[in-house]
Amino acid sequence: MREILNVCALLLIGLLQAESARAATDFITLASTTSTQASGFFDYFLPLVKAWLGVEVRVVAVGTGQALKLGERGDADVLLVHDRIGELAFMQAGFGVDRREVMYNDFVLVGPRTDPAGVRGGRDAAVAFSAIGAHKTCFASRADDSGTHRAELRLWHDAGVDVHAASGTWYRETGAGMGATLNVAAGLDCYLLADRATWLSFHNRQHLILLVEGDSRLFNQYSLIRVNPARHPYVKQALALKFVDFMTSPIGQRLIGDFRITEVRVFVPNYVRGGPST
Amino acid sequence: MLADWAVNEFSEAIDTAWALIRSGDPVLVEIVARSLQVSLSAVFCAGLVGLPLGACLALQPFPGRQILLVVLNAAMGLPPVVVGLLLYLLLSRAGPFGFLGLLFSPTAMVLAQTLIVLPIVAALSRQILANLWEEYRESLQSLGASGWQALGTLLWEGRFRLLTVLMAGFGRAMAEVGAVLIVGGNIAHVTRVMTTTIALETSKGNLALALALGLILIVLALVVNGAVFLMQESGKQSVDDN
Repeated sequence: MREILNVCALLLIGLLQAESARAATDFITLASTTSTQASGFFDYFLPLVKAWLGVEVRVVAVGTGQALKLGERGDADVLLVHDRIGELAFMQAGFGVDRREVMYNDFVLVGPRTDPAGVRGGRDAAVAFSAIGAHKTCFASRADDSGTHRAELRLWHDAGVDVHAASGTWYRETGAGMGATLNVAAGLDCYLLADRATWLSFHNRQHLILLVEGDSRLFNQYSLIRVNPARHPYVKQALALKFVDFMTSPIGQRLIGDFRITEVRVFVPNYVRGGPST
Repeated sequence: MLADWAVNEFSEAIDTAWALIRSGDPVLVEIVARSLQVSLSAVFCAGLVGLPLGACLALQPFPGRQILLVVLNAAMGLPPVVVGLLLYLLLSRAGPFGFLGLLFSPTAMVLAQTLIVLPIVAALSRQILANLWEEYRESLQSLGASGWQALGTLLWEGRFRLLTVLMAGFGRAMAEVGAVLIVGGNIAHVTRVMTTTIALETSKGNLALALALGLILIVLALVVNGAVFLMQESGKQSVDDN
């Protein structure tokens, strides 16, 4: 018994020491989306940030809705999110400062190879969505208030389909991240809206293939927002600024563009100094 | 078809698990070490509070004891995700303990698991000590043992059973994902443990790798429980020898 207690005490002490050692290094907390994490982008980009700036970036990957919430409560220093309307409301409320549009990719409509709604090859996302609604064939929705989910709901609105009424029938709300929802869609042969980055790096596709892409409504802009230090004194203002300056610098932008999944460029850098980014 | 697919996934998972273990993959070692560190620390803390609490409940009548007992028993079924959410609200910068800056740290994960394990340790150890007390009460009282001496005797006599209680708590801590995901944030190299890694790899569609990590977790649990079993056996042996 005594030996066990000793071992436990040692472990506890080790943990506390490791903790204080880590606390001494410079780090910021970045609240971001599941898409940027699941695609492996951060595994590629953050070691580069560490090398260039000496700043450790700790990523908490959640949906855009939750990321904005973390920023609102002061639990992150910087946000990397993708929902323009939600971001502007966040800025309006004074929770953030210095919003910068930093890169984009796009959403794709994915579905079973058999394509029961016959949407394959279409260029109009709303038409495809209304076809799926008319056929009442299985559609898996994130339903987690993420940027992707919000974009999906806007497309249903454009298509004139009331998905709330269909929830639980052909419209399946997973309430989960992109990858988890892809797993559901793969298992049930459902259609779903995915961000291209996660789709490209997803390994459990089974019968799923890419069906519709290229509609301008599928454009997916990512923005950096610093959490307002005036509201939250704990925010690491200087380090956060260093990080967003790097990501929007010519070097940072080039590094974003260099990220590839199986030879395909995943995120396109598009920061414009003094651009539409407020 | 489905059976073929499942067999392939399983054999691939076993191969992957074996390759990971054999190569001593540094990322895997780091994650396993952190899992053990967090969960053992949590069990240690839960034992530190839970065993005395259990003893107190077993031996010391006080007003409201029955109610506390019912609450503890119910809390054994507390969903980890609820514990995580409560702790998140407390530790968040906007919460009452935000000034500590503990959110998204291993310490927050230890706290979460401690809260999950504590009711198990307290409730089960109370039961064990209450049973022992019934057994030993008369002889202890006839020997004129003081309260503390009696408690010491009971703890010593029940040490193997109490160790089993701690192991049950350890099992629950290691297997838990809901709470550590919320208060830890699954940050690479900081708060990523076995279960959160499995959830992440599943979401990437890397099912074989996720299952391989699951197999390693099971092996780990076997090793730890095996070690405790051997310790108990040798302990019993020496008791018999005396």
